Amino acid sequence: MTKTATNGVANGMAPQRPVAPAPEAARAPRNWRNLTLLGALIVILAVSWGPAEMGQSTYLFTDSGNMAEYASGFMQPDFTDWRSYVEEMIVTIQIALWGTFLAVILSIPFGILSASNMAPWWINQPVRRLMDLFRAIHEVVFAVLFVVAVGLGPFAGVMALFIHTTGILAKLFSEAVEAIDPRPVEAIRTTGASRTQQVIYGVIPQVLPLWISYSLYRLESNVRSATVLGIIGAGGIGQVLFESIRAFYYPESSAILIIVILTVTVMDLISQQLRKLVI
Amino acid sequence: MTAISVSNLSKRYGKIRALDDVSLELEHGEMVALIGASGSGKSTLIRHIAGLEAGDGQAGKISVLGEVTQSGGRLNRNRRGAVSVIFQQFNLVDRLSVLTNVLIGNLGRVPRWRGTIGYFHRCERNKAQAALTRVGIPQVAAQRSSTLSGGQQQRAAIARTLVQEARILIADEPISALDPSSARRVMDVLADINTQDNITVLVSLHQVEYARRYCKRTIAMRDGRIVYDGPSTALSNAFLAELYGDASEELVLPDAPAEPMPVMPFGQTSRMAVHHLNA
Repeated sequence: MTKTATNGVANGMAPQRPVAPAPEAARAPRNWRNLTLLGALIVILAVSWGPAEMGQSTYLFTDSGNMAEYASGFMQPDFTDWRSYVEEMIVTIQIALWGTFLAVILSIPFGILSASNMAPWWINQPVRRLMDLFRAIHEVVFAVLFVVAVGLGPFAGVMALFIHTTGILAKLFSEAVEAIDPRPVEAIRTTGASRTQQVIYGVIPQVLPLWISYSLYRLESNVRSATVLGIIGAGGIGQVLFESIRAFYYPESSAILIIVILTVTVMDLISQQLRKLVI
Repeated sequence: MTAISVSNLSKRYGKIRALDDVSLELEHGEMVALIGASGSGKSTLIRHIAGLEAGDGQAGKISVLGEVTQSGGRLNRNRRGAVSVIFQQFNLVDRLSVLTNVLIGNLGRVPRWRGTIGYFHRCERNKAQAALTRVGIPQVAAQRSSTLSGGQQQRAAIARTLVQEARILIADEPISALDPSSARRVMDVLADINTQDNITVLVSLHQVEYARRYCKRTIAMRDGRIVYDGPSTALSNAFLAELYGDASEELVLPDAPAEPMPVMPFGQTSRMAVHHLNA
């Protein structure tokens, strides 16, 4: 205890030293701080053990027979219905496509309006807070709300992805706008161009590569999200997957999962090529 | 006729007086150099005349061709475009083609909707191409402007101002980012625009040699004030030392002659030399 106290004093006096303080003196308080942080982490994990039911982790071993059976079901994927799986997968991609497209279109004005170098604070602060709201609520929550509002089916999924993705893309778009070189925009201003023209000719060309990159990435992750949205009734492959897991049709579930994984991989490859094409 | 009239213009950035009660007049058809060490207020003055910034206080006023562009710290945005501007860092939009960058000069003149959607008439495209030919780079029209050398970028920027068809051209250190031969080319083009098209040119320069060679009249600034306004021939190295003290070293090339040379642009035709003698 006394040791920490003296170290604290030494640390407080450090700025008065002429050059860099001796390395041992500087390292000692840092070691104590690290130990304290480690201790705190251990305490928090221990407190969370019970509520998270981590005690059940032993079942992974004691009931390993169940696990093996479960796994063996998945080891023999059943592709007999592959046509309908692929159809549903395409629906899922179409949900993601529309959700992302609408989000990109709306993120352009919202992104520009929430950039601090494009609009005064009394415009970009309210717009940013609205985008925070869109982003803060998970797409699954939006999907549940829209299932109630517009009924079960893919459109609820499109709306959920649209709103959540707008919140994300508008923020990313505005950060790109804030990082532009202002000088070309100034040059365009001196020709007598309007505000909109300054944005079209001076800002958009500078941010377009980043915007496209962000949009393609969101499309990819929205294909994954759209799968999850199917589980809560927003159509697509997710709905089929959830139904077959609930009915203990493990071979079918396994086939569906393989199709999802392949699709996500293919989307990743395609978007990589698209990105190369436009940048 | 008075091309540019600045009266009692002041501007402060924090504690620094960037412009201190500056007044000046440029007659139509003049080519005037604005010299001064770094931080003397040249760029600030040019940004004010360009309509990019507004001065402090009630006294300051700028008129261009008899129309007020700012007074009492309030900008008249409708008058932007009456003065075309060339910048030290060229300020082209890198990812757009050179031709598009030149066409941007039209934005203040064509109907707003046409400029906004990028619909330019054939004659406007031809004029932009002709402007590129005039500045000596017709072959680069379709290239991205980021692929050009510094000297070519500055000439493309000059082509943009030609398309703008303003009666006044101001240039903020247009050659300080260029190598000597590119710098001479750019100054030749500016001198040619001045004599051929009878466009008033105000050009800020870091080195006094170019002022002596290309401009009959020089305005010298120090600490935000005009300290000399008169014939460039009077600017001997000794006089500069008197005006600027030790800072005069940064204005004079080390190998420059101690006495000014007669006003005679490099590589100009005899017709231009005659013009200078007559004028």
